[in-house]
Amino acid sequence: MNWKTFYALLSRDGHVARRNLLPMLLQNLLQPLLFTFVFGRVMTTSGMLPAAYKSLLLPGVMAISMVMAGVQAVAMPLIAEFQFTREIEDRLLAPIDIGWLAVAKIITGMIQATFAGLVVIPAAWLLMGSGLKLDFGRPIEFAAVCLLVALFSSAGGLALGCSVGQTQIGLMFSLVLAPMMMFGCAYYPWSALSSFPILQIAVLANPLVYASEGLRGALAPQFPHMNTWLVIAALVAIDGLLLVLGLKKFQGKAVS
Amino acid sequence: MGIGIRIEELRKVYDTPPPSAARGGGFSFSPVRSAKSGPKKRFEIVALDGVSFEIRAGEVFGLLGPNGAGKSTTIGILTTRTRPTSGRAFIGEHDIWREQVSAKRLLGVVPQRPNLDFALTAREILVFHGAYFGQSARESEKHADELLEKFKLTDRATHMVRTFSGGMMQRLSIARAMMHNPEILFLDEPSAGLDPQTRLLLWEIIREYNRLGKTIVLTTHYMDEADALSDRLAIIDHGRIIAQGTPKELKASIPGGYLLRLRFDRAPEELIAELRKLPGVTEVRTADHIAADVYADRGGPLIGPIVNTANAAGIELHDVHIAEPSLETLFLHHTGRSLRD
Repeated sequence: MNWKTFYALLSRDGHVARRNLLPMLLQNLLQPLLFTFVFGRVMTTSGMLPAAYKSLLLPGVMAISMVMAGVQAVAMPLIAEFQFTREIEDRLLAPIDIGWLAVAKIITGMIQATFAGLVVIPAAWLLMGSGLKLDFGRPIEFAAVCLLVALFSSAGGLALGCSVGQTQIGLMFSLVLAPMMMFGCAYYPWSALSSFPILQIAVLANPLVYASEGLRGALAPQFPHMNTWLVIAALVAIDGLLLVLGLKKFQGKAVS
Repeated sequence: MGIGIRIEELRKVYDTPPPSAARGGGFSFSPVRSAKSGPKKRFEIVALDGVSFEIRAGEVFGLLGPNGAGKSTTIGILTTRTRPTSGRAFIGEHDIWREQVSAKRLLGVVPQRPNLDFALTAREILVFHGAYFGQSARESEKHADELLEKFKLTDRATHMVRTFSGGMMQRLSIARAMMHNPEILFLDEPSAGLDPQTRLLLWEIIREYNRLGKTIVLTTHYMDEADALSDRLAIIDHGRIIAQGTPKELKASIPGGYLLRLRFDRAPEELIAELRKLPGVTEVRTADHIAADVYADRGGPLIGPIVNTANAAGIELHDVHIAEPSLETLFLHHTGRSLRD
């Protein structure tokens, strides 16, 4: 293992991410924050939703931000770099096994996902006004869930980024990411789907469900949520699966 | 002092379109369908078909051939970017496919089309490239500034490269490939799209790098470039090496040396037989019943006799083109096609 090269690849991605910090933040955070304001402030203050909904919503919004940030941080540059300009070629020629380039991308994606998730908490606090009840009594559980969510979102971004061409980015959003957000138990707990038994089972294939439920269990355990150990086990399995898939797709895409 | 390359029986069969084909680089493989393919037609193109040759340490080696001949696939395999279907290639002692990391340390690549990192500035591209190869920040920054100076890019060093012109991108690509001081420098069609002045500058840079004892491998479809730069050449067509040697040896191998391409209103066998009897003619080939390629040891002095022969047979000569001994005529001799066909 060639640490100097690996570190250089990481710092290149970090350098580019820092340069694009503001657009990146706007891209990943504006939508969840608008949602937070409308549903967490407007709807609750006007009495159309109970005030307690704020605390139920926040972990879900955080999960969405993390997943969107992680997926986009890895997939979008990758799609561009594998296009006809082949910008990635120089890094593929760096003296290191090419799999490590994918690992470096995943790590940068994880950092961005975690950052995008953590930023939601103070921002939502400001936007939602009073009445937000969060519980920070389970830091280890919270950190573990965050880490696993960050990993699956950037590994998923790697797999998506290596499967989708530049012309299909719009399709990726409307076919993959939009349904994932709507059926990701971010805006409602999983148990709320009990009146739709088929849907309730089907959404279990959606990784965002475990992200939302896991963060809900860690931050707002007063609401119904899945068992934390179950969530962690599912996240570990999804992480492993997407990691293997992503690395395989990357190798296939990188070598002709 | 210098490192060579050995290639043994390389074969490459693509079962999906190669990425370079998608890039529209004028790829034109002839599809070969496998005999066993069932009702479903399988995509299969043979890009390299048993290629073997050796590149000696410290030489400038040219790989010459038309578009789609297999030049870029060869470079792809030699630079770890393409997986060979069978056969092996070595850089020095290292098997390129099995010892990729060791191989990558020794080589620098200037791609056919600039593939610069658009998220970075010119200087950052060089500095990060140095860092990938383990250079310290001070070392890589110093070297980057030297190269920017040498390639006349200093005043644009802090600009994002997406604003660069084609020629500037090409210069920066070469600077980047030299950043880690590789033992072998690959240049894939280096002067495609360059103006004549930049092209001469490029040739000078290549020669200068070669004088440091480095091995240079370049592909081109320009005969004059291959002729001017290469110590030795291989001519490749349809994935096979059809000739190799020094430019001088190769040119001497053309029968007669001169090539007269003739076009008549018709070219019956009797006329061809008469042409073969003319003094100095070594070989005559016909095509389409109206054209004849005459290989001979003289050019202009043969026109008179040719016109007389044609007149005597009642045939009209429409067009004459005389080619002096060159790699172009060599390619034509081996393939029956012009390089640009």
